[in-house]
Amino acid sequence: MQMTAEAKSSNQSASKSGASREIFLPPERDRVKDGGKPHLSAKNFSIFYGDFEAVKKIEADILSKYVTAIIGPSGCGKSTFLRAINRMNDLIPSCYTSGSLMFDGEDVYGKYTDEVQLRRKIGMVFQKPNPFPKSIFDNIAYGPRLQGVKEKKVLDEIVEKSLRKAALWDEVKDRLDKNALGLSGGQQQRLCVARTLAVEPEILLLDEPTSALDPKSTAKIEDLIEELRGSYTIAIVTHNMQQASRVSDYTMFFYEGDLVEYAPTKQLFTNPRDQVTEDYITGRFS
Amino acid sequence: MIKSTKKSVVGSSASSGRIKAIDIVNKGLKRRYRKEKRFRLYGMLSILASVAFLAFLLTSIVFNGYSAFLQTYIKLDVPLEAGMIDKQEPGRSDFQGIIKSAIRSYYPEVTERQDKRELYALFSSGAAFQLRDTVLSNPPEEGTTLSLWVLADDDVDMLMKGHMKRDVPEGSRRLNDKQLRWIERLEADKRVEKRFNTTFFSAGDSREPELAGIWGAVKGSIYTMLVTLALSFPIGICAAVYLEEFAPKNLATDFIEVNINNLAAVPSIVFGLLGLAVFLNFFGMPRSTPLVGGIVLMLMTLPTIIIASRAALKAVPPSIREAALGVGSSKLQVVASHVLPLALPGMLTGTIIGMAQALGETAPLLMIGMVAFIVDIPGGFTDPAAVMPVQIYLWADSPERAFVERTSAAIMVLLAFLISMNAVAVVMRKRFERRW
Ligand SMILES: Nc1ncnc2c1ncn2[C@@H]1O[C@H](COP(=O)(O)OP(=O)(O)OP(=O)(O)O)[C@@H](O)[C@H]1O
Ligand SMILES: [Mg+2]
Repeated sequence: MQMTAEAKSSNQSASKSGASREIFLPPERDRVKDGGKPHLSAKNFSIFYGDFEAVKKIEADILSKYVTAIIGPSGCGKSTFLRAINRMNDLIPSCYTSGSLMFDGEDVYGKYTDEVQLRRKIGMVFQKPNPFPKSIFDNIAYGPRLQGVKEKKVLDEIVEKSLRKAALWDEVKDRLDKNALGLSGGQQQRLCVARTLAVEPEILLLDEPTSALDPKSTAKIEDLIEELRGSYTIAIVTHNMQQASRVSDYTMFFYEGDLVEYAPTKQLFTNPRDQVTEDYITGRFS
Repeated sequence: MIKSTKKSVVGSSASSGRIKAIDIVNKGLKRRYRKEKRFRLYGMLSILASVAFLAFLLTSIVFNGYSAFLQTYIKLDVPLEAGMIDKQEPGRSDFQGIIKSAIRSYYPEVTERQDKRELYALFSSGAAFQLRDTVLSNPPEEGTTLSLWVLADDDVDMLMKGHMKRDVPEGSRRLNDKQLRWIERLEADKRVEKRFNTTFFSAGDSREPELAGIWGAVKGSIYTMLVTLALSFPIGICAAVYLEEFAPKNLATDFIEVNINNLAAVPSIVFGLLGLAVFLNFFGMPRSTPLVGGIVLMLMTLPTIIIASRAALKAVPPSIREAALGVGSSKLQVVASHVLPLALPGMLTGTIIGMAQALGETAPLLMIGMVAFIVDIPGGFTDPAAVMPVQIYLWADSPERAFVERTSAAIMVLLAFLISMNAVAVVMRKRFERRW
């Protein structure tokens, strides 16, 4: 209860500075070219499931071409927030939003926004692997095909490139025509990463992409994120503090629907402003 | 689950040692196994009961009906004298008369008018048509003698199949002693034979059992089912997809949903009355036809198909939709290329259940005049036709003994039809499943 109050107060302080939000750029050597512009910009943004406010009045910018980690205890609204960014919550009838969320200056929830185009630009990998019950090849080629790529050669290239990036190529190159459901859980998750990369989105939303993976595949995914940093804007939900501190430039800490703290990763992990944040990252509760 | 087990083990081991704890677990295990075994026994018993009933039903049908697949034929020598066959129009010759004279020449001693009538009665009236067909297809020389296997009358057929006893008093059988003697003479000359009953599979209905066949009703059923399928499958699936995937969830759609569920429970005869009032009387569609029958049965099967299809659509995991949306499909593309193919096997199951219902339905068809006595084999959707269950009903209602076995045989044909319909559906379902 006390923590909630503290969380609220800190959130309020964040929203006060909302009008002229300062942008903390990482130290010179970690900066990426043309990065650091607000790619996604949430203003007073709330998400409801019926009467339940799952995410409360978020004030934050997600900066382009940097990696932003989203951490917080289970049920705090991380997935809800992530899914709201590419309007996946439209599928849930009871779910609605208030406030505004801008993507490249366009209102994500605007009346005239085409959610199909939006989702093409904002790719997402879900918490549970969800390959299509089709062949591995068709899984990856599905997105490019939707965009009109028909030539077999081009598709072959895209499939190989995407699978290589997702560190899956060597394991599946001999059975691209086999059903994707025959892959292991971790392989399926990497397949989903590859499928998302194949459509070359601008923003990559990853919801616990490594929770089902072994350390080796996890390392590969982290390498991938490292590689994509600077060309894609990435938001990654993770329960793994080490992972968050390894791969991300910025970290958002959610607690019971509030964005308690949002800061450069190093600062958040070494010198958290908020008591709740400190308790969480030091493992005093989870 | 795991937590609670742990707790109980730890708790008991702390109080009374490790062995005790294992005993408790074992005791519980034994009870669980017993419970499981009992449950499995109940399941097996109920399956056994239903299989037994089914077997009983099938054997009684087969036992009653298998003899209908055979038919008694009598070999008749037909001498073709000059002038018997019309030279200009052979089809208009007096074939009935030719047959009668052939019969008389085999039984020269029969002279009485009454006796002659009883003698002719041993042969089916279809014999004349057989002769006509033979003559027309292969015109014989004058003066030759045709040796023809002609249909026996149904009473002779019953006698040969043992359904009519010879050793009962004359008054309690349909053939008198004189007729029996005539038949015995045919038997002695090896002129009586049971052969495969092709008539049954190629003819329409008839007042004479030996001339009656199921083919007219089979064709009527095929046409009716085609109309039903062609209408109810696309309409049902479109309705289900719209309701499940696109319709807003509001009062109007709730109302529609309740009504669809209610429609599924409406007695089928009500649909027949509706068909009579709307399609026959208002739209003036032709009576007794597969077209109207199919439409009426479509009304009846639609709710079944819609409900089953919606269940199939609901069963498609939402993660598939999310995945497809996530790489930039439109809603329609998601439905067309992911949801529908996954739901199609379930939809086909619903359709086949609905079609099977429709195939066996009689009540609504009574209302639109599909119970008429129809001899001709329907050649299209707007020809008067009967359907198989109606044919079965009509035959079951007929007094002749020979129709009893035909009733059972018709039921067998209906079942075979049903099974092949289901087989087609299963094959199609398999094909769709394999594409994934
Ligand atoms: N479809 C839904 N309908 C109603 N409430 C929901 C729905 N999905 C999530 N919630 C609720 O919203 C809150 C946030 O859920 P969310 O899935 O965003 O949590 P999370 O932070 O991703 O947790 P985890 O780390 O376990 O994945 C939870 O309290 C959850 O119960
Ligand atoms: Mg989550």
